This record gives sequence, C-alpha cells and structure tokens, in this order.
Amino acid sequence: MSTVHTHAGHQADTHHDAHDHHGPEKGWRRWVFATNHKDIGTMYLLFSLTMFFVGGTMAMIIRAELFQPGLQLVNPMFFNSMTTMHALVMIFGAVMPAFVGLANWMIPLQVGAPDMALPRMNNFSFWILPFAFTLLLSTLFVEGGAPASGWTMYPPLVLQTGDAFPLMIFAVHLMGASSIMGAINVIVTIMNMRAPGMSLLKMPLFTWSWLITAYLLIAVMPVLAGAVTMLLTDHYFGTTFFEAAGGGDPVMYQHIFWFFGHPEVYIMILPAFGIVSEIIPTFSRKRLFGYDAMVYAIASIAFLSFIVWAHHMFTVGMPLAGQMFFMLATMLIAVPTGVKVFNWTATMYKGSLSFEPPMLFALSFLFLFSIGGFSGLMLAIVPADFQYHDTYFVVAHFHYVLVPGAVFAIMAAVYYWLPKWTGHMYNNALAKAHFWASTIFVNVLFFPQHFLGLAGMPRRIPDYNTQFADWNMVSSIGAFGFGLSQLLLVAVIWQSVRGGVKATDKVWDSGMPHGLEWTLSSPPPYHSFEVAPEVK
Amino acid sequence: MAHAHTTHAPADKYYVPHGSPWPIIGSVSLFTTVLGAALWINESSSGPVLFSVGLLLVAFMFAGWFGTVIKESENRFYNEAVDRSFRMGMMWFIFSEVMFFAAFFGALWYARQYSVPWLGGEGVKVFTNYLLWDNFEAAWPTNGPGDVGGDFETIPAFGLPAINTAILLTSGVTITIAHHALKAGKRGMLNVFLALTFLLGFTFVFLQAEEYMEAYQHLNLTLGSGIYGSTFFMLTGFHGFHVTVGAIMLTVIWIRCLRGHFTPTHHFAFEGVAWYWHFVDVVWLGLFIFVYWL
Repeated sequence: MSTVHTHAGHQADTHHDAHDHHGPEKGWRRWVFATNHKDIGTMYLLFSLTMFFVGGTMAMIIRAELFQPGLQLVNPMFFNSMTTMHALVMIFGAVMPAFVGLANWMIPLQVGAPDMALPRMNNFSFWILPFAFTLLLSTLFVEGGAPASGWTMYPPLVLQTGDAFPLMIFAVHLMGASSIMGAINVIVTIMNMRAPGMSLLKMPLFTWSWLITAYLLIAVMPVLAGAVTMLLTDHYFGTTFFEAAGGGDPVMYQHIFWFFGHPEVYIMILPAFGIVSEIIPTFSRKRLFGYDAMVYAIASIAFLSFIVWAHHMFTVGMPLAGQMFFMLATMLIAVPTGVKVFNWTATMYKGSLSFEPPMLFALSFLFLFSIGGFSGLMLAIVPADFQYHDTYFVVAHFHYVLVPGAVFAIMAAVYYWLPKWTGHMYNNALAKAHFWASTIFVNVLFFPQHFLGLAGMPRRIPDYNTQFADWNMVSSIGAFGFGLSQLLLVAVIWQSVRGGVKATDKVWDSGMPHGLEWTLSSPPPYHSFEVAPEVK
Repeated sequence: MAHAHTTHAPADKYYVPHGSPWPIIGSVSLFTTVLGAALWINESSSGPVLFSVGLLLVAFMFAGWFGTVIKESENRFYNEAVDRSFRMGMMWFIFSEVMFFAAFFGALWYARQYSVPWLGGEGVKVFTNYLLWDNFEAAWPTNGPGDVGGDFETIPAFGLPAINTAILLTSGVTITIAHHALKAGKRGMLNVFLALTFLLGFTFVFLQAEEYMEAYQHLNLTLGSGIYGSTFFMLTGFHGFHVTVGAIMLTVIWIRCLRGHFTPTHHFAFEGVAWYWHFVDVVWLGLFIFVYWL
C-alpha cells in the first residue's frame, strides 16, 4: 500500500479554508439540500440503521410465530408478507445503503478527494431511498396486503399480489435508480479524483472492493428493472413474457432475475471483504499478506458472479449440461474465496494481535462467513441441492453470509471509523458487550436452522411438523437475543456522537492503518482534501 | 441559486456545488409520478392527476437542474477534472442503459431459442408439448399455443423499418458533421446539421407512431399478441422512448448552440448527447436485425 506525505501546515490550511467559506449550512437545509459526502454518508448510515430495525422487527414477528408449531400470532398470508418484506427491507434498505454510506464517507477520504465526483447526484441517490421505502412499506396497509411472494417475486405467484403490486414494482425501480446513480458516483470518484501518485494498486482495499462492486451494480440493477417491468406489463398490460400460453415461460423470469440476483449477492459481500482487509492488518500490526492477490481475488469473484446464476434454480428442470456448467462454475468461486480467507489468516500469522471491537467483528466475520461459504459449496452440488432446495438449510446458508458476513463487516467498519467520524472514542466495554451478544446469539439463531433444513423443514411456511419444534424454539430465542443486542449498537453510536474521549488523527494505536483518512483530523474538516495530498 | 453567487470559481479547484434544491425536487417528483401511476393502475381516480403532476415536476426538475449546470458551465466553474467526471458519468449511464435493453433482448432470445421450441416439444421437452399443448408447432413469430390475442401479421422489415434505419443512420452522420463543424468553429454549419439531426430524430418517432397505428388497426399486432407482441412492443417502445428523449436533448443543445454556447474545446454536453444518440442508433440496429428482420 502507500506511504503518505502531508505537509504539517497543509492541514491547518485546509481546515481554515473550510471554515472560511464552506462550513455546513444551518438547520434542515444542510441535510435536504446536502451535497457534502460526509453529510450524505451520515444520512445513508442512519437510514440503513433505521431500516435494520424495521426489517429486524419483521424478523422478530417471523421468529415469534415459529417459536412453536401451529398458528399462534399471525395469519399465513401476513407471515409470508413478513418474509418478503423482511428480505426487501434488509437487502435494499439496510445492507446496500450501509455500504453506500460507508463508501460516501470513506472513498473521498481514502483517495484524497475534496468530495464525491458528482455531489448533486449523490444527494439524489440518497433522497430517493426514503421515498422508495415509503412506497414499499405503505403496501402493509393497502387492499390485499403487502407482497407475500418472497423477495424474488416469481411469477405466476407474485401476480396474485393485490393493490400492493404496482407499489412494490415502482419501489424496486426507484431503489434501482438510486443504486445506479450511487455506483456511477463511486466509479467516477475513484477513477477521476485520486490524489496525485495514488495509482490503482496503491488504493486502500475498501476503495478497491467498492470500485468492483459499483461495476456490478451498474451492470445488473438495470436488468432487475427490466425484469420487474415485464412483471408489471404481464399483470396489467396483456404481455405474456412469463406465460406459456403466449409462448413465454415463468422460468425465463427466474433466469433474468438471478442474472441480477447473483451479482447482487456479491454486491452485498465484496465491500465487506474490503472492510475486513483494512481492519485485520491494522490490529495485526502487519501489512496485508498479499495485497495484489486480494485485489485479483475480488475481481475474479465479481467476474464469476455473472456466470453462476442458475445455481439458484437447479430444481426448475434445466438441461443436464446447464446443471453441470452452473455447478462447476459455482464451485470455482471457492478458489478466489480461499485466496482471501488464507490471505487474512496469513496476515494475522505472527502478528501482534489486539482485540478491539472492530477486530473482534472482523474475526467473527472470518469464521462465520466461512461457515456460510462452506454451506454454499454444499448447495452448489446439484444432487445435494435437490435435497436442500427450499429448506431451512438455504435460509441458514444465506443468513450466515449476510448477517455474520455482510452485517458484521458493516458493524466492524462502524467501530473502526466511528471515532474518525465523530472525533470521539466510543465506550469499549459496551461495544464488546455488543460484539459478544451478537456473536453468540447469531449462532444460536442460525446454526440450528442447518439441522432443521437437513431434516426437511421447508422455508416460507408459518407452521411446521412437531418434529421441528425444539430447534425452532432455540432459533427463536437466538433471534430475540440478537434483536435486543442491537440496541447496544445504538447506545454505543449515540454516546460517541454525544461526546467522549477525544480521538487522535490515527485513532488506533497501530503503525498499520495506512489510508489517507488517518492523515486528517478526527473528525475531518467539512471538505476533506481541498488541496490534493501527494502519495508516494 | 445559492451556489451561483461567486462569479468565477478558480479553475484549479474541483468545483463542489453547495446545497442544491434540485435533487430533492427530483426525488419528490419521481415519488409523485410513480405513486400516481400505481394509483392509476389500481383504478383510483386520483391516479391520473397525481401522475401528470409528477411528470410536470420531473420536467421542472430537469429544466432547473440542467439550467443550473449550464449556467455554471458557461461561467467556467468546471475545470478539466469536472469535465472528465461528467464524461465518465455519462459513459457509465449509457452502459446501464445498455444493460436495461439487454434484459429485453435476453427475453427475446430466450423465447425464440428456448421457450417456444420447448412448447413445441423440442428435445427432452416432448411431454410439455404432448401433455399440455398438443398440436402446437413451434414457429416464429408466434403468439403461443394459446393463440393469445388472436391471429396477427408482422411488420415487414424492408418497408418502414428499413426507411427508419436509413433515417437513424443518416442522423448519426449529420451529428458527426455537426461535431466536426463545432470543433472547427464553423457555427453556421453546426446549427444546420444539428437541426437536421433532431429533425431526423423526430421524423423517426413520427414514423414509429405510424407503424404502431398500422400494427394496431390493420395487423392485429398488439402488446397482447403473445410473446411476439410482448417483445416487439416492449423493445421498440422503450427504444422509441429513448429516441424521443434523445431528440429532446438534441433540441436543447441546438438552442444552446444558437445562443452561442460551447467552444471548440469545451462542449461536454454536445458530446454527451452525441454519445447517447449513437447509443440509440446502435440499439436500433439490434432491433432491426433481431426483431424485424431475422
């Protein structure tokens, strides 16, 4: 990575300039008319946190219903609405905006730019989201109930949705537009705004991972827009894309959807790889074992993500050659993923490790994401998938990669950069309590779901056979514990925003944090680098 | 505008606008538009009104936002780095548009290559045909085994579509001539050839509308004509919409040319629109070959 040279006087100047003519505006205008990458990043992160609790509440309803066999709390239709909405809210409302928020905050700081490249469009990308989610969440109150077909919106089932249908479709369109604009901004910022001397292979890995993620976003979000547009016209305007009577095919929807859907899965994990690649070297006090290898591994995973989509649909009845191709291509992903996991492990080897909250979350990510990766490998095997498909094993798999995977990485990032953002160290004991509670409960929550799935419990069902009762109860207890633990996160953030021990520029007592962000004050000046720093 | 106070921003600095109302107006207008559309689809009487208000707001937002950017550009707020950002942004935007069309081209390809032959019993799908759609013979064009929408005829490729191809290709030439004229400082020639370009664009849209009327009134080819009608109208419809937007963009930069905007070295907006225009041109070639001809 890079050595950074900043002249001592330089920073004072920047600071001074910032106060001279470009301080933040007062009141609501600062946020509603925002063009500043930090303000917009903050809004993204707070929005994401809010949605995390909205989607989390839905998860609690699901787990409460599944606490015991039989129907206790909600009717089956509403239960299915909860699974559908939980997924849409968590994917498009919590995980993706969190990563975009981190990108907004950190990429200009890491590449030495004054702001994002297209600041007005940056505001547009963010402010579309609250409106999109107003549309989506309003479906809970319309005739016919919220969408209940699963977040994948497969026809013909999804076409039975009531008045919620067009609201959901248009909400997805808006989220897509937001993501595409956000991604364009990220790419342009990285490709055009790097400080002199910062070649691509000197960029911090978080920035690298986002460059690749942004490419995936621009490539696949329009495909999702196309797919849901076809659903809309099939439902209301007489087209027959997904209807055999007219020469179409419902399976075609699955192909188009998963052409978006699989890269989407990596959109939610690649920035996590970047985050972990920043944190592990810092707290191992060693350079990343193989920087170039990490970059190439992320890029290979992104490439492979385009040619594995049909592994989501092995049971749909595709030709044997198709099953073989998609199985083998999927298994190939294990190679670059292995490169990364060993890379992180080798970084820690003989390092002088310390276990601050970000490191704890990164380590937890390393172990638990690997479990999710291994179960993914199991699911990639076609004959085995025939058994696992549509069971709780799949639910356990993708929750392992998304919760202790993506979400833990986001939390690691928050704990890593929070003092940089607020200028205050946070309450370490509380953060560690949050970590231990989260890590223990997330396993209590999701590990038993592997057993349930292997024993044959189907997903998206509000009731189940009594043989599944024990592990469901355990899983539900884990869910309530995990949900409640997240209040600790809010407490830590709240305290750090309000005050606390002053954070230094470097924040962490380590020689290793190497990005340009550590050369700025904590919190950084309103306009990060008005004069580009030189990177050698 | 709040940020237009300073007359000249120093060109060595990357211009970062400060506090803009246009994006939030954009979000509100998009929200109003799609909410109106959803209510309309759900047969609420407020739908069409809200939808129209939303569209007007969208138009207002574009006028205001781009108006601000044009003013800043003419006042030389943008240095080379900002110009590069715009160029990269436009290229990636066009790439996202390519992927949008890819979804519909993919649907066309899938239907012709897989779903229709399968319904006809090709390969291992023999039982699909035998048990579900006996007597259906796979062919293209088709409205499927259910004869959805009834018998229809297609638009022959070498009639109006061929003329439209010639029109769009010619417009690609005229905009290139206009670009060269701009770079050579020949403003008169620039204005004439740019005008020719958007006139050709609007002519294309007009002829497409004629073709649609022919299809609906005489050929019984509608959006509801099975998979052929679905792919035909969705692909050509979205393309026609993009041509309309492109022609409006051309008109806007033409008016700017008349007002003396752009210099031989500083004319991102012109080039951005030109790229967009070539993009709709290339999509049309795909349509002409795969939708009309083959």
